[in-house]
Amino acid sequence: MDDVQSRHVVGVDVGGTFTDLVQLDPKTGAIRLSKVASTLDNQAYGVLAALDAADCRLPQVDLIVHGTTTTTNAVLERNFSRTGLITTRGFRDVLELGRRTRPQPYGMTGEFTPVIPRDLRLEVPERMDARGEVVLPLDHAAVAAAGTALIASGCESVVIHFLHAYANPTHELEAAEVLRGLWPNDHITLGHALLSESREFERGVTAAVNAAVQPVLDRYISRLTGALSQKGYAGDLLVMNGNGGMVSSRHVASEAAKTVMSGPASGVMAAAYTGRLAGTPDLITYDMGGTSTDVALIRGAEPSVSNEIEIEYAMPIHVPMVDVRTVGAGGGSIARIDAAGLLRVGPESAGSDPGPICYGRGGTAPTLSDANLLLGRLDAAGLSAVEGGVPIEQIARVFEDQLGAPMGLDATGAAAAVVRMANTVMAGAIRMVSVSLGADPRDYALFAFGGAGPLHAAALARELSIPRVLVPARPGITNALGCVVADLRHDFVRTVNRAIPVLGKALSQVFAEQAAEGDRLIGDQAIDVTELRRLHSVDMQYAGQTHLVRVDVPDPNVDAKELLSRFEAAYFARFRIALEGIPAIVVNANTSVVGARKPVDLTALIAPEGRQAVVSELSRKQVFFDGAWYDTPVYWRDHLPLEAHITGPAIITQMDTTILLGPDDKAKGDHMGNIMLQIAPST
Amino acid sequence: MTLDPITLSVIRAGLEQACDEMDLTFSRAAFSPVISEANDRSDGIYDPVDGALIAQGSGGLPVFVGTMQYSTRVLIEMIEAGTVAAPRPGDVYIVNDPYLGGTHLMDVRFARPYFRKGALFCWLSNTGHWPDTGGAVPGGFSASATCAEQEGLRLPPVRLFKEGVMDAEIYAIICSNIRVADQRIGDVKAQAAALEAGAARLDALLDRYGDDVVQEAIAALRRRAADQMRACVADIPDGVYRGTAWIDSDGVVDTPLAIRLKVTCAVTTLSFDFTGSNAPCAGPMNSVRATTLSSVYLAMRHIFPDVPMSAGAFEPFEVIGLEGTFLDATYPRPVSGCAAEVSQRIAEAVFAAMVQALPDVVTAAPAGTSGNLALGGHDPARGRDFVMYQLSGGGYGGNARHDGLSNGCSTIGISKAPPVEIMEQAFPVLYHSYALREGSGGAGAQRGGFGLEYELELRRGTAQASFVMDHGRVGPQGALGGADGAVNEVVVRRDGKTHVPPHLSKEQDVPLRAGDRIHVRTPGGGGYGDPLTRDPELVAEDVRLQRYSRNEAEALFGVGLTGSPPVVDLVRTAELRRRDG
Repeated sequence: MDDVQSRHVVGVDVGGTFTDLVQLDPKTGAIRLSKVASTLDNQAYGVLAALDAADCRLPQVDLIVHGTTTTTNAVLERNFSRTGLITTRGFRDVLELGRRTRPQPYGMTGEFTPVIPRDLRLEVPERMDARGEVVLPLDHAAVAAAGTALIASGCESVVIHFLHAYANPTHELEAAEVLRGLWPNDHITLGHALLSESREFERGVTAAVNAAVQPVLDRYISRLTGALSQKGYAGDLLVMNGNGGMVSSRHVASEAAKTVMSGPASGVMAAAYTGRLAGTPDLITYDMGGTSTDVALIRGAEPSVSNEIEIEYAMPIHVPMVDVRTVGAGGGSIARIDAAGLLRVGPESAGSDPGPICYGRGGTAPTLSDANLLLGRLDAAGLSAVEGGVPIEQIARVFEDQLGAPMGLDATGAAAAVVRMANTVMAGAIRMVSVSLGADPRDYALFAFGGAGPLHAAALARELSIPRVLVPARPGITNALGCVVADLRHDFVRTVNRAIPVLGKALSQVFAEQAAEGDRLIGDQAIDVTELRRLHSVDMQYAGQTHLVRVDVPDPNVDAKELLSRFEAAYFARFRIALEGIPAIVVNANTSVVGARKPVDLTALIAPEGRQAVVSELSRKQVFFDGAWYDTPVYWRDHLPLEAHITGPAIITQMDTTILLGPDDKAKGDHMGNIMLQIAPST
Repeated sequence: MTLDPITLSVIRAGLEQACDEMDLTFSRAAFSPVISEANDRSDGIYDPVDGALIAQGSGGLPVFVGTMQYSTRVLIEMIEAGTVAAPRPGDVYIVNDPYLGGTHLMDVRFARPYFRKGALFCWLSNTGHWPDTGGAVPGGFSASATCAEQEGLRLPPVRLFKEGVMDAEIYAIICSNIRVADQRIGDVKAQAAALEAGAARLDALLDRYGDDVVQEAIAALRRRAADQMRACVADIPDGVYRGTAWIDSDGVVDTPLAIRLKVTCAVTTLSFDFTGSNAPCAGPMNSVRATTLSSVYLAMRHIFPDVPMSAGAFEPFEVIGLEGTFLDATYPRPVSGCAAEVSQRIAEAVFAAMVQALPDVVTAAPAGTSGNLALGGHDPARGRDFVMYQLSGGGYGGNARHDGLSNGCSTIGISKAPPVEIMEQAFPVLYHSYALREGSGGAGAQRGGFGLEYELELRRGTAQASFVMDHGRVGPQGALGGADGAVNEVVVRRDGKTHVPPHLSKEQDVPLRAGDRIHVRTPGGGGYGDPLTRDPELVAEDVRLQRYSRNEAEALFGVGLTGSPPVVDLVRTAELRRRDG
């Protein structure tokens, strides 16, 4: 055995552009970081390169936690494996018909391609009714024939999806038995297994996505674990799930759909962890990248989780995922003058190729990043994606010609307008996200990360009357950090559907069963857990409603009176409505069992030896705020004392991001290396 | 004062966000599934003087785009005339009278005066579809009503909330005249809470930018929206474009009704002339003026979705020739079909005319019916009565770039259909199929989308089925050489006998017993362009996916196929296309 002191934990996250790695020595608190280009055709190369770059010695690594975009990309790029469907006779088109929608309210055009094409969707005689009683027994021979036909068509995975299987899964289980006898691999997904809820389209698409990405994920994980063990890694590889928990690589493929959106989820988990330690447990996370911005809500250090995420038009994936909403605004968002002569920013984006003009890859459309550059907020030299220098005069000319002239502004005025408009759009979107989750943004702190988040955070917070912004030590590697600090986590939902007066012991019983199952699953994983947290909540409504209000239930043995008053309080807080005489119904009982891992000391994220005793300026530059140029000091973050005080205007720059303080905003460092901004009110 | 474009842009975004927040609050707090799930509601901000639309939520029901500004204008006129009490802070008016700027009775409008410093600054208003407002049949869609009184309770504008307090007496009158009244208090409070949320957002916006600045911005935004729409219209070649759409019947008299439209484009204005359309009808397929105008506007918004929704956007449009037609019905003509069906036929007439002018932008006709099947009966297993609605989608029209979408929502709506599993949980029915309707998309270079086909069986007890659908006689029209989509079909199988509604798409109270079945096939979308020019590979793909048969590939598209799975037979195809061409 190696020296106990040298056992390391590694978090590695593959993003769209970069693969980030954090290696932690739990004994000494020593941290190593690396950032390499992602290799999207085979993400394993990037992972290995990141390990090399951080000089990781795999035999000394205890645990690797991995966030991957393999399944997310497969879904968004429709890079599915060939998948067949066996379903109830008369219903093979459910996956294609959807819920009779169109992609946008206005415009009668659009395209939709179902996850499984029609010729691979086969029907068999069988039928359950809504109470789970057999109307027509399953025809086993028909299942075998359908399975044989799908194998002959080259299907690699298969979904068995029967009507009302959530009420009685017997037919799906029987059909699976039949198929196991002839299917060449394990890639058999049962509709009720991932999501045991009614709504045949949503359940069916969730299962279909799972089956369609399963072989893709399976191949990737096999390649990666093979390569890791060749290099001497003997531990288990854990893979992040979209709910912010993680699962062993040995089991991950069977529920592959759960890994969709795991990247954004791990970022939110890191935010929750950081916020808890910093004493700021109520956060709105704001992760701004090149094409889009991800927003999520964290209450009491627990991220809000949803079972009803729609990844794109008519693509619902109904498994518990951290509720991350994407807004179509990022550094690459294109600014233009619309037909009414007004300025618009986004949702069109220059992406990363060609990207903003300042990237020097041939981009010609003015973007938000270009505007920040013109205003002195970004340094061309500091842009990690820059190819060749584009003279700033050239960018100024584009702003003047395309935007300034129609508005009667010079290049600077046009750039300031673009930033202001982008902030208005993002602030509006953040507001809608928080309001839809029943939260007033003013009660939260903004947690800014991603490459561009800290650049806009102070202005956004001002727009939203959010008093504080928390910027973690390493905003650019937050997702990888999430892998290192994430807890074990299992989420459960069960439909209860009972009115409060007749609830009896039903709720506490469900909570107890779900908690026991979670305890068991966490006990099965060979990872040290310091504490088990069990979080219970219910989704409630008044009789006759369809939307739900989530109510936290601290005590699983809650009595009816207490539950009702909690619901009424939550309802009033959300809608300012008090209703009497209408029965309140408990629809779902949710339990999350969290196995907390040992706390990680993050102080070393910024090397302590580099920190100086006093705040000293790196340089000064002219930066444009609110209609005027300010002589603005620039600080190198890694040199700042831990508990530095800085008053804006100021730029605090570091390897992976730039923090911008407006005039009179105040920054204060904490003992863990975070910076907290106090936002000056808008004038 | 001239405002800079940035302040204008920011205030526009602020006004729209206020409306979006009203929409969200209304949907989430509502009880009526028509509002909470189907989003059959809309919220907006209106001018204090003429009621003109200032801003509307992006997720509002399209058919309400134009109606609420008429309803607000009528309210203002009645206040000025003294026939309605003057507004005070905290008041909320309720009105559902179709003839006072509305749609049908089920669409209930709330209007709240918004005051600043003691003066009326604007109106906040919303519309929500209530599940019932009394009348002859549950839900209000009587296919055979012949006057307004049969359709339900009609409310003139009255103050349901007076200075923030609900008037329990008015509420009691409403509740005594509608079905399932016990849950309506939830919808009433949700609808009022949405306006309250809007007022709070407006407070913040005005406090931030100043009342004068916002007022000036509103006027400037209206001018700019008009300019933007004029710029769109200027791109349309000047000329006269005609379109006609047919309604199967009014539900009472079995004769088709014609919407005849002549669109004249002259530089930057569009004139929509409905002269020659049928006279008011006996049954409920009449439209009221506000709904007719709104239908024209929503069709144009489908064509130019980028123009922001404000009254200015409608200024370049003139709608004439409505007098004496069924598109401008007055009391007491029945109108329950106006919002769901007639409005979609009006939009179809607009599409049919405009596709000639803008072939790259406009689509062939979409299915354009809400496919309303209502089943009311008694469930002996649960010992209670039930009313079930099945609304269905259909195919969209092909267009210059794409084939039409399959099973899309109605032109005037944005709602999801309920899942089969939910329907079977709630009602004593069993669906035998819920499937893509093969062969229903109109042939074209870009074909129409496919309709839906479902068959359901009554499992227990007895029930009565009613149908308010359309396009049973003529399918959604193809464009520029494309074929029409398949017609709507309804078949009822009772005691082993087959019954087809005499009006094809409309019938009231067809009696059913346990074991009887209803089979509905919804229309496909119209095809776009000559089907003989469709890429033969795409035809082969459709046959591989069993969307069309091999015979249809030959007969409709002139494409010969061979082998299994089918591949294009080039020789045969050339021969077929030569002969047909």
